[in-house]
Amino acid sequence: MYESPIREPLILGRKTYKQITDDIVGPILGPASWKWYVTTAFTALVMFAGFAAIAYTIWVGIGTWGLNKTVGWAFDITNFVFWIGIGHAGTLISAILLLFRQRWRMAINRAAEAMTIFAVICAGLFPIIHMGRPWLLFWFLPLPNTHGSLWVNFNSPLLWDVFAISTYFTISLLFWYTGLIPDLATVRDRAKPGSFARIAYSILSFGWRGTAKEWQRFEAVSLVLAGLSTPLVLSVHSIVSFDFATSILPGWHTTIFPPYFVAGAIFSGFGMVLTLMIITREVMNLKDYITLEHIDAMAKVTMVTGMMVGFAYATEFFIAWYSGSYWERYIFLNRAFGPYWWSYWAMVTCNLFIPQVFWVKKLRRSPWFVFIISIFVNIGMWFERFVIIVTSLHRDFLTSSWRMYAPTWVEVTILTGSFGLFLTLYLLFARYFPVIATAETKSILKTSGDQYAGLSYEAYLAQKKATAPAPAAMPALNPDEPKS
Amino acid sequence: MAKYLIGLYDDDEKLLSAVEHIKREGVPIHEVCTPFPVHGLDTILGLKKSRLPDAAFVYGALGTLTALSMQIYMYTIDWPTNIGGKSHLPFPSFIPVTFELTVLFAGVLLFLSYLAVNRLYPGQRARVFHPRQTDDAFVVAIADTAAWDKAKELFQKTGAFEIQVVEL
Repeated sequence: MYESPIREPLILGRKTYKQITDDIVGPILGPASWKWYVTTAFTALVMFAGFAAIAYTIWVGIGTWGLNKTVGWAFDITNFVFWIGIGHAGTLISAILLLFRQRWRMAINRAAEAMTIFAVICAGLFPIIHMGRPWLLFWFLPLPNTHGSLWVNFNSPLLWDVFAISTYFTISLLFWYTGLIPDLATVRDRAKPGSFARIAYSILSFGWRGTAKEWQRFEAVSLVLAGLSTPLVLSVHSIVSFDFATSILPGWHTTIFPPYFVAGAIFSGFGMVLTLMIITREVMNLKDYITLEHIDAMAKVTMVTGMMVGFAYATEFFIAWYSGSYWERYIFLNRAFGPYWWSYWAMVTCNLFIPQVFWVKKLRRSPWFVFIISIFVNIGMWFERFVIIVTSLHRDFLTSSWRMYAPTWVEVTILTGSFGLFLTLYLLFARYFPVIATAETKSILKTSGDQYAGLSYEAYLAQKKATAPAPAAMPALNPDEPKS
Repeated sequence: MAKYLIGLYDDDEKLLSAVEHIKREGVPIHEVCTPFPVHGLDTILGLKKSRLPDAAFVYGALGTLTALSMQIYMYTIDWPTNIGGKSHLPFPSFIPVTFELTVLFAGVLLFLSYLAVNRLYPGQRARVFHPRQTDDAFVVAIADTAAWDKAKELFQKTGAFEIQVVEL
């Protein structure tokens, strides 16, 4: 396959198929460095602190949080929307970029999909503990009961959320695992026969062999799952935005919410992918696979979605003014210039202004600089949800019930605990699973490897001649020829 | 325990022309195993198109019907609840759950069918011809012992780097 030299190579270091396996699968069977143990122990500690705070919340009650009569949703729902948003980049990279045949997705899709699953686990935690009595979670399910049966309310976006989040988690998990099976088989076949790793990866890889028929079905299923995931990912954050948009509260009751939330989700998700992938490529020595070209592409997506979010901020203000609604206008002015002005301007600065540096190609291609910007994106998108939720609630229609909200140590510990959970799961994944889709990367080697891509046409033909079987070994295939 | 003659290739383009050649010489190919999906291999081997995408459509339609009938039964037939005077058959409100269940049914049942037709499940013994077939080697396996001599010759001719007999 010849590709124009304009396309930059996506795999560097003149890799062979064998080297790709060695680079990606090799470390899984080798010993982990002490740094991995120390980091994982630390994140696990933070995670358990979060679990302790959750236990305390459930034992004592929601009164341990900073919520009050006016601000009934704050930190927990902010964290919920934040984590769901983080998850969206994984599905975008794996599904939408697959449908658009973007080859650069191959290096990052596996880790981004894993991130999606872990982020949805973190997200799911918050609405459950916010219920106060999480053991009654099954009330959300349309189960026959002794009250009639009195069924769940299908008019409620909170119920739609239950269906959307659980479907999203299930489909993401299946999509991720479908891609993992062949790579786990590679790990299995490299492990020493009879060893524990061999047995474990045999079970995990379901007996995959890589026959022509298996691969044919694999490709068909991947494409269908991608086709299903694409509208799914858009629907999930749209439904999350309905939690706000279908209410009649000024600041929430806006039709722009679904596209605005989806763009924000992709933006924050790419921020998190950049944060994790820049560390991963550094620590696991994957610079030949996650190249500057990848970071460049992700930085571009980040900037574009950041501007879409910024456009939504401006539209909200315009509509608030144009609607002529007194309450609507007040809420938006209060957002930018009220007591929570700092959170609003932190959001605008981090999401709209700071990513503008990505206009400069040199900056898009300096990993540590992009890393710092990605941290700002994470902070900015967390604040966006905080701004939407808290500033719309804290000053309601009666001035006598205006209240300020501040989180307690319990809420902050649960938030840091969710980061601990996310990072612990990611570290375990990076240690025991192939972080890069090995089989898929091999399949693009001949179109995107640096020994093939970016060549002139003449050089490509020469290369092809060198790798093709010698002409003597391949006699002309003439069916009339007498068979030997 | 069956015996197979296997030829190993180190390149996907070599494999494609070799498989084409072997096929044209009339040697029955038992199986071709590759470390990654090789495009065009299924046409050369004459594999039929997978019907899994069609199955996914049926599963999805099943999900749509389940979701709609569930909601209409619960909300309109079994116990019509008056919530703010809203309709007992609020069709637009049913769309999100219907969509999600369509995707859920299609995805989950498709995944299970995929595992079933490939005979993949935890605990399945991997009948691997050569440990390098999931790494960097492309394996062509011949089961018919009568054709082994000819197959061996063809393997050599088409540039296989290794030829061996394996027992699975």
